[in-house]
Amino acid sequence: MAKKLDKVDVVVVGSGWAGGIVSAELSKAGYQVVMLERGKDQTRSDFIGVKDELRYTNRHEMIEKLTGDTITSRVSIGDAALPVRLQKDMNTGTDLGGGSMHWAGSVYRWRSYDFEIRSKTIERYGEGKIPEGMQIRDWGITYDELEPYYAKWEQTAGISGEPDPLGDKRSNEYPNPPMLASPAIKLFKESAKEIGLHPYQMASGNMSQTYTNPDGETLNQCMFCSFCTMYGCDFGSKSDPLATVIPTARKTGNCEIRTNSLVRRVIHKDGKATGVLYTDTRTGQEFEQPADVVVLAAFTFSNNRLLMLSDIGEIYNPETRKGTIGRNFTGQFNSTFLGATGFFNDKKFNYYMGAGGLGGALSDYDADLFDHTDLDFIHGGGIELRQYGDGAIKNNFVPKGTPTWGEEFKEKSLFYAFRTLTVWYSAAVMPWWHNYMDLDPTYKDEFGDPLLRITNKLTEQDKNIAKFGIEKCTEIVEAMGADIIDQDELPDQFNHGYDGMHYIGGVAMGEDPETSAVNNYLQLWEMENLFVVGGSALPHFSSHHPTPTIGALSYRAAEGIEKYLKEKGGLLTKPKSSVNA
Amino acid sequence: MTNNKNSNQDTQDLSRRKFLKSGGLVAGGLLGGSLFGGLLTSQFQKGTKEETASQANKPVSFDARTFFSRNEDFALLSAATERIFPENANGMGAIELGVPYFIDRQCASNWGRNGNDYMHGPFPSVVKTDVYQEENRPKDEVITSSTVVKLPADTANYQTKMTRGTFFLEGLNAMEKTSQDKFGERFVNLEPEQQDEILSMFEKGEVKFSGVDSSDFFSLLRQTTIEGVYADPVYGGNRNMEAWRMKGYPGPIMSFLDKIEEEEFIVMEPSSLRNYQGL
Ligand SMILES: Cc1cc2nc3c(=O)[nH]c(=O)nc-3n(C[C@H](O)[C@H](O)[C@H](O)COP(=O)(O)OP(=O)(O)OC[C@H]3O[C@@H](n4cnc5c(N)ncnc54)[C@H](O)[C@@H]3O)c2cc1C
Ligand code: SF4
Repeated sequence: MAKKLDKVDVVVVGSGWAGGIVSAELSKAGYQVVMLERGKDQTRSDFIGVKDELRYTNRHEMIEKLTGDTITSRVSIGDAALPVRLQKDMNTGTDLGGGSMHWAGSVYRWRSYDFEIRSKTIERYGEGKIPEGMQIRDWGITYDELEPYYAKWEQTAGISGEPDPLGDKRSNEYPNPPMLASPAIKLFKESAKEIGLHPYQMASGNMSQTYTNPDGETLNQCMFCSFCTMYGCDFGSKSDPLATVIPTARKTGNCEIRTNSLVRRVIHKDGKATGVLYTDTRTGQEFEQPADVVVLAAFTFSNNRLLMLSDIGEIYNPETRKGTIGRNFTGQFNSTFLGATGFFNDKKFNYYMGAGGLGGALSDYDADLFDHTDLDFIHGGGIELRQYGDGAIKNNFVPKGTPTWGEEFKEKSLFYAFRTLTVWYSAAVMPWWHNYMDLDPTYKDEFGDPLLRITNKLTEQDKNIAKFGIEKCTEIVEAMGADIIDQDELPDQFNHGYDGMHYIGGVAMGEDPETSAVNNYLQLWEMENLFVVGGSALPHFSSHHPTPTIGALSYRAAEGIEKYLKEKGGLLTKPKSSVNA
Repeated sequence: MTNNKNSNQDTQDLSRRKFLKSGGLVAGGLLGGSLFGGLLTSQFQKGTKEETASQANKPVSFDARTFFSRNEDFALLSAATERIFPENANGMGAIELGVPYFIDRQCASNWGRNGNDYMHGPFPSVVKTDVYQEENRPKDEVITSSTVVKLPADTANYQTKMTRGTFFLEGLNAMEKTSQDKFGERFVNLEPEQQDEILSMFEKGEVKFSGVDSSDFFSLLRQTTIEGVYADPVYGGNRNMEAWRMKGYPGPIMSFLDKIEEEEFIVMEPSSLRNYQGL
């Protein structure tokens, strides 16, 4: 029997950016919050003195362990899905702060085009441009409406950056100046400019200077130590929940954080959520935490699976195209981040130095900033050159055609160490009727509950956009003066690698309850005191990393929850039915 | 040392060959550090009193196998890693860098036991296809271990009950067998070109063993060799940070704030996690 605990105002599942922001905002507003996190407690001192490429990058120390559960994956609806068994193929966050602790910190707002993608595409090219089965739709919120929330997140996170010359309107400057540019980044930017493009220094969640955010949390200047992506920052220089929203929530005295608490069900009665059921992963003891409002902020996979296991909402059925939970699954997989690599015979770069969000970027081939009339895809991608700071295991690049082992490999990999630069195109990914999530009929977790099953197929759109991007990256690498240029190869099909944590959808936002699960406050249409926050709410995947949009929508959701609690109930927006797919 | 005389003899042959070919082996301390354990005592290590005494003042490495039980397996592993990252004019090869010990320890670790992976059944028998072919399979088909499932080539999926440690043992066995079948000789006794031929057969997936693809074994072997060469020396490879020196990689450094804008390539004397943690 689960032990029943005292009721609180709000229970939040997950402690990443999404859960952290909601908890901080509501506890600041005086509500009693309990935050539940399946992983362990951790602090900055856990990251001091552990700059170890093997342990973190190759053995995935900060990534969720799959011992108890994973997802299953397949390409086509007719296939049997198989579990993604290896931790290296399935990178999701865990432990206090979540995946938001080992993120790189590259920061992009999504485009005004994204939020009204369907109307804007039809307006410019006509309805025929959208292929049958591509389920794009307007989001139910415009860029201008979301802009203040982006600005708020950037202030909290202390983003360092300069505005994208082709970017949408901003209400304020980034709170910190851009990061220092290394010679490789300068070369990228100068060369791109020479061929008529509009490069700029990428915005980052690594601090260009010491900064105190509006909640009073102080972050330190980044050391360019290079152990950043896949690592926790031991200098307190990377914007993450442990440096920002979690201490803010704690300081209020209104937020209790319980780690090692794996939530397994949302409990509900008469159409209202009454709390959650969770298991203490150390002892196996079960608890019931009642609350007035339940917030799922447990990342895309858990958000979807918890709703399905709790029997809330209707699971999407691809045959009828009805049902909203699990619908519009997208993410960035092996068809994104493709581009070209240049090998330089006479130049060496200090590429062992760097930071997660250090790089140059350009938007000339992003969103609808270029004419798609004669192109066989919609949307676009961002181009980046990133200087993460390569470790010695990672940096073993050799030109195509070189053996991957033996004498010649050794010779060339040593010669080209730190003489290799990659430029990639991070392509947008559209939702399709045949890509979705549901429950697996065969595989189970350690408690005997079905695993989440993903069905995901690359489409011609994905391949065409990638091909276009690879060509554009090649032109830039040529302009950079590389002696040898290798183009990435197009994948034949989705390879079941889930290693970047850019997977979204399934509880997507919108205006019409027929095709969307939550409204633009991320309140579930079907259960008004349940808010589902995070990447699960994004209806399609834009050309860039998702976290700032997740952060902005988390502030929006927090505002909605406060409104809901104050007004004692009700749907915060009125549903509209539309012809949108 | 009396039972299984033949294989001991082979091991000694290997060590003699290596010994003659590469003085570096001795210099790198591998013999003293017991690559071939007690086997060598009579043959090569007729250590005089003086040598023993001077050893006492030198830093000693306590390397020993903790996963591979059999000398033969370890000798084969060593020879294979050396072909992947051979000693040459650039510097030390895998053996001298300690890569075989690195792999031995990795196999004995949580990673070698797939301790962080999803290892629950059913485990279908997997057939890889060259090009992805759409399969019209009943939607709710229950997979059993006898169901044959087609996966796209290069799939990231690992669908075997075998742990990485077992994978290594099976793979080395299969290499030995292939060597005997093809050349009538033990792998360790082959000429380097012949060893490369066997490795290439594995790389191309031409060898079949225990329901897994030999190319998967090769990539595991290659990847762990590279890891052993370049990981922090605390894991047993990259002895004395020699691989970092070859590459010009400095290891963990607190700050590059004052260097990130430098145009010139900066070579630093490397420092390891041990220095970084102030030990
Ligand atoms: C290596 C890497 C680099 C990245 N770099 C970037 C980048 O540069 N820019 C960018 O924009 N994005 C980046 N991302 C993506 C980014 O990490 C995510 O978008 C972000 O972390 C999502 O935040 P979240 O709060 O929604 O989810 P998370 O941070 O994943 O938080 C969810 C939390 O919920 C917990 N949880 C899950 N299920 C349960 C349950 N059942 N019970 C209790 N708790 C549960 C998890 O343990 C986790 O702590 C990167 C991701 C990775 C892996
Ligand atoms: S590069 Fe900067 S932000 Fe990243 S871990 Fe190092 S100090 Fe922290």
